[in-house]
Amino acid sequence: MARNRTFLLVAPALIVMALLPLGVGGYILGLLTVAYYTAVFAMSWDLLFGFAGEVNFGPSFLIGVGAYVAALLNHYWGWPIPACLACGAVAAVIGGAVLAVPALRLSGPYFGLITLVAVLMLQNIIVLNAGITGGEIGIDIPDVLSIDETTNYFYAFGFMVVSGGILFGLSRSPVGLILQASGQDAIEAAALGFNVAKHKLTAFCISAFFSGLAGGMLIFYMGTASVGTVVDIAVGVNVIIAAVLGGRRTILGAAVGSIFLIGANEVLRPLGQLATFVVSAVALVVILFFPGGFLGNYLHTGGRE
Amino acid sequence: MTALLEVGGLTKRFGGLVAVKDISFKIEAGEILGLIGPNGSGKSTVMKCIMGIEKPNAGTVKLSGTDVAGWPTHRIARQGVGIVFQHARPLQRQTILEHIILALLPDNLLMLRTDHSVRQRAEAIAARVGLTAVMHRLPRTLAFADLRRLELAKAIARNPKVVLVDEPFAGLTAAEVTDFSNLIASFRAEGHAVLLVDHNVKGVAALVDRVLAMYLGEHVAEGTAEEVMANETVRRVYLGGKIETAARPEREGKGHTPLLDVRNLGVLYGKATAIDDVSIHVGEGEFVSVVGLNGAGKTTLFNAISGLVPYSGAINWRGTPLAGKTAGAIARTGIVQCPETRELFGDMSVRENLDLGGQHMTPAESTRQLDWLFGLFPILKSRQGQAARTLSGGEQQMLAIARALMMHPKLLILDEPTLGLAPVILEQLSKALETLRQTTDITVLLGEQNVTFALPHADRVYVIEHSRIVWEGDPARFAEEAGAGYL
Ligand SMILES: Nc1ncnc2c1ncn2[C@@H]1O[C@H](COP(=O)(O)OP(=O)(O)OP(=O)(O)O)[C@@H](O)[C@H]1O
Ligand SMILES: [Mg+2]
Repeated sequence: MARNRTFLLVAPALIVMALLPLGVGGYILGLLTVAYYTAVFAMSWDLLFGFAGEVNFGPSFLIGVGAYVAALLNHYWGWPIPACLACGAVAAVIGGAVLAVPALRLSGPYFGLITLVAVLMLQNIIVLNAGITGGEIGIDIPDVLSIDETTNYFYAFGFMVVSGGILFGLSRSPVGLILQASGQDAIEAAALGFNVAKHKLTAFCISAFFSGLAGGMLIFYMGTASVGTVVDIAVGVNVIIAAVLGGRRTILGAAVGSIFLIGANEVLRPLGQLATFVVSAVALVVILFFPGGFLGNYLHTGGRE
Repeated sequence: MTALLEVGGLTKRFGGLVAVKDISFKIEAGEILGLIGPNGSGKSTVMKCIMGIEKPNAGTVKLSGTDVAGWPTHRIARQGVGIVFQHARPLQRQTILEHIILALLPDNLLMLRTDHSVRQRAEAIAARVGLTAVMHRLPRTLAFADLRRLELAKAIARNPKVVLVDEPFAGLTAAEVTDFSNLIASFRAEGHAVLLVDHNVKGVAALVDRVLAMYLGEHVAEGTAEEVMANETVRRVYLGGKIETAARPEREGKGHTPLLDVRNLGVLYGKATAIDDVSIHVGEGEFVSVVGLNGAGKTTLFNAISGLVPYSGAINWRGTPLAGKTAGAIARTGIVQCPETRELFGDMSVRENLDLGGQHMTPAESTRQLDWLFGLFPILKSRQGQAARTLSGGEQQMLAIARALMMHPKLLILDEPTLGLAPVILEQLSKALETLRQTTDITVLLGEQNVTFALPHADRVYVIEHSRIVWEGDPARFAEEAGAGYL
């Protein structure tokens, strides 16, 4: 039953998104392109938080490593885009693993704190090595994915659909079940014979892979990589808000939340500074009163009450 | 032939405390060994050491000859050991069937699909333990006994050679104990080695092949159930005497002022009726027992009185309605509930938990109360600095009761206080309640399915069945009029 519902929700939405370039202008397509990459950030984050039960306060560490490695390779050595993206994603996985192996040993809030510190360190490294990385101003990237808005839109759309499909499939598979068990009660899961550390580490690496790859895609779309767009704490906070707004533990909700968040910011732009406030307030209300998020109640039909 | 499980010289220390000291035993295939001992004697710790959840400080744990002491838990599990935990901690968001499926899965990162046979096997196991009807529900909507069934189902699914079962009978009714005994006996029939811990002495004695008794971490006796139960030390430190019925002091004004008056109470959980048209009253200074099987509605009734669930009907306290008051406000009027789930602050120390209970008292008063409680539960005195979470099951129960008493209740609601307590502690608790009645004006509302504990103290007894009160009367008449199914 839950499977049918998911299909009923996803299929029409995908058709509308695929047909969108026929009806809307370049500006909106541009917004959605960014929103789709953000959606991948948020879905990767949800795999870790919603399923493995680990709060990663620093999604932008993984995003930033992926983005900057790709950017530097392209800027200095002129590597082709696919190679840059692959290296960025692999770097994010390695960076993530280096972080996660010691951090996952700690229980409670320490994992989250370590991920937070990692973002600050990455930010510092980039700013301190401004000669190489462009520092606060950012680094420009010679190659772009495409100069055509519609093509860019489809790159992002396709990427989101494929990543989302993989992440969602994973979350609903037996591995997803083991991951949830590990997240909710590690001792119990171990007593059932599951190597909890291995499963959590794998989840972290998968999350890192998609975050890093999406980070790389995003900067090749924008033509520049800067701390403010891919590393700053605020970037990570937005990703977290999007995932929670859309519905924790749903994967798909994270995508809905991202699109909503970027759309809302745009619609409210005339309010100026107030826009951020209004969006944050809406997020707060949803989290306080509908902790399941937009999709939480719709998709969680796991059991009869 | 090497035994399936052979434990040698097992020792576990927590700081200065030696929880397990030089314990050795063997279990052959197709054998059940009972492990008994008072609360805190180290039984659960022995199991955790075997399972690798705690690392033993010394000793060997051999599985068919392979020493696994110190291995990580998941490897020991895969070597063929399964545990049924003392406290069921089901995953909150997975259905019962998903729990069983989970237990059937191998530890493999590439398992992207469950084939149909896994599901079928899970369903068969659900049927074997009697969970078919609730298979698609979430754990939090299940009755207590069904949650215990789920734990057994998971053990069956793993099909371990060695099964460790920690207090499977706690909180179960006589009929359920028989059910569970049969399931555990079927492990033996299939050639597994079973280590069984429980405080239900009758249940254990009927099931096991041999018994090992522990006290303060040490081996005290081993042999057949009769031999061990006849052992002098075991009798003194574990079994204790019989619970006595004391003569009731007649109280002035008793029965005239109903302290608590519950009228036509109804509680719904969604569409399910949990309490249906229940009326009870409790007089000042009275001791009232509500007897009922698991799932009959005792806890819901108490939660309604404490203001924790919405209800229809009226609850009056000294003549004024409690409706609309928050749980906090109700507690301040003097109604204190000691819930079945204990609700301790796990990361806080024993002393801090107690001090929280004594918040509103003057320091002198609270010191006096503490002294009295430490006299009642000496173990808590010696464990003041220990985090509540790490206490043994029985110790936690004592702390929960002590904290409730620390709040100087006018009406003390005790929900299944006997859960997980050793017989000797039951006797102490029983004496303590008696002293309390003789020396203070406390009123007690007790929910129990253990009638040997509920009856001796009660002035009046209600029997609750299927969400309704079906009998009310004097404890002396209980046995003949309502006893069937409880005695
Ligand atoms: N992590 C820990 N830190 C400190 N003390 C502990 C810890 N775990 C257990 N203990 C102590 O070790 C002793 C043995 O505990 P254990 O849980 O094995 O008792 P038990 O025999 O199972 O008792 P019960 O019948 O009450 O369940 C207890 O006194 C307990 O307080
Ligand atoms: Mg125990």
